[in-house]
Amino acid sequence: MSNKMHIKLKVNGKDEEFLAEPRELLIYTLRERLNITGPHIGCETSHCGACTVTIDGKSVKACTMFVAQASGKDITTIEGLGGPDDLHPLQTAFKEHHGLQCGYCTPGMITRAAKLLEENPNPTEDEIRFGMAGNICRCTGYQNIIKSIQAAAAEMNASKEAAE
Amino acid sequence: MIPAAFEYHRPQDMAGVLAVLEEHGDDARVMAGGHSLIPMMKLRMADVPHLIDLQDVGGLSDIEIGDDSIRIGAMVTQAAIIDHDGLASAAPILREAALQIADPQVRYMGTVGGNVANGDPGNDMPGLMQCLDAVFTVVGPDGERDIPARDFYEAAYMTAREDDEVLTRVTIPLPKGGYAYEKQKRKIGDYATAAAAVQIVKEGGTCASAAIAMTNLSDTPVFSETAGAALVGTSVDDAALKAAVAAMLDDIDPTEDNRGPIAFKKHVAGVILRRAIERAWSRA
Ligand SMILES: Cc1cc2nc3c(=O)[nH]c(=O)nc-3n(C[C@H](O)[C@H](O)[C@H](O)COP(=O)(O)OP(=O)(O)OC[C@H]3O[C@@H](n4cnc5c(N)ncnc54)[C@H](O)[C@@H]3O)c2cc1C
Ligand code: FES
Ligand code: FES
Repeated sequence: MSNKMHIKLKVNGKDEEFLAEPRELLIYTLRERLNITGPHIGCETSHCGACTVTIDGKSVKACTMFVAQASGKDITTIEGLGGPDDLHPLQTAFKEHHGLQCGYCTPGMITRAAKLLEENPNPTEDEIRFGMAGNICRCTGYQNIIKSIQAAAAEMNASKEAAE
Repeated sequence: MIPAAFEYHRPQDMAGVLAVLEEHGDDARVMAGGHSLIPMMKLRMADVPHLIDLQDVGGLSDIEIGDDSIRIGAMVTQAAIIDHDGLASAAPILREAALQIADPQVRYMGTVGGNVANGDPGNDMPGLMQCLDAVFTVVGPDGERDIPARDFYEAAYMTAREDDEVLTRVTIPLPKGGYAYEKQKRKIGDYATAAAAVQIVKEGGTCASAAIAMTNLSDTPVFSETAGAALVGTSVDDAALKAAVAAMLDDIDPTEDNRGPIAFKKHVAGVILRRAIERAWSRA
């Protein structure tokens, strides 16, 4: 049964249009159709958060959304936050504070953390732990992830103040 | 984990939703946030040849706080409940419970309507709504009807809603007194091993009324009228707490699964209910 639909997405500022079956999961659209491989597949069962992207201002597990649902929406992945030459403060902080080991969870962690800091620019450690509860890391033990997010928050707040 | 193929519908209004339901009958199903339905479709435990996405249907995402009741649209997300300060002061148990559901990503997507309509005994909002004596409004080919939450759940995934009806809103009488939503889970983001929703009214040192509902301890949520009655007229002392817990244990019917054997679940249910009553009483 081929029932392809016309899908339109905006991903990291770029308009994308293609035909796809509605059942295609957004994570496969991103990784295999659009070659945006930052979002990872850790569990494929909505539990690990490695596939987290931002859709219309919400952190979403891209393995738990059909491409048809996402049609018309604005999506940001880790690639849209910063690249090798212009790292996002969270990317810099994860690098400096050892917020990753294997790095598998990191794109989801940072994408989620960016949204968390947007909603709460000055989170306490407890608020970070609670706000990051949908992202699992098998390596770090979380301590350095929290340090990294705290460091990025401080850096982002300082540069916001400097700009004012 | 690819679900079976389906036809995707995204109607712009309720008439459009009802038309697809009427045309395709059992083969059609609505989707709200999809965070219960999509996992089931991926496991091929749910087969949905015609999927109706409710995201563009207007008028389902409002929260209205009236003089004696609260109305919450079916498409209001758990995140929206947490963010709504008016709701948190009118019915603080809703925020307390929503914060214990799933994780941030899931709460941006998961809706009240999906949570109460799903019929999974693990969902937290059905028991919560029974405690609050909420009423669910559904609309179908013959118009609207209201179903009390306490009469809605028949068995796991079986509810009083007909297949061609869509849940549009939940109406809650303004809750009074102290409240607590207490949940034991294996890890953050997990469904309950046992959870208790309690709302208590205190008058001059004695309990004037108490509503108690339990989650994931039977194939439906359990509204334990006898547990509530065991507290009424008492000062909620140790004897009353014991009587309420004993009454609740008579009403639940847990099964053994990966959250533990029956004896363990009963033990946890007792601990959780005691804590919830004590906390609700301290706030009453
Ligand atoms: C990792 C994870 C952890 C979770 N943990 C918890 C938890 O701890 N506690 C908890 O309560 N839930 C939990 N959930 C479930 C989550 O809260 C769901 O999102 C919610 O139960 C269903 O809401 P939904 O909007 O996603 O519904 P959907 O998945 O879209 O729908 C669920 C069912 O309800 C039906 N439905 C939806 N809306 C309507 C409507 N308006 N009228 C009629 N029928 C409708 C659908 O047809 C479907 O059968 C978890 C989910 C995940 C993925
Ligand atoms: S891959 Fe999506 S949550 Fe794990
Ligand atoms: S760094 Fe390896 S999973 Fe997080």
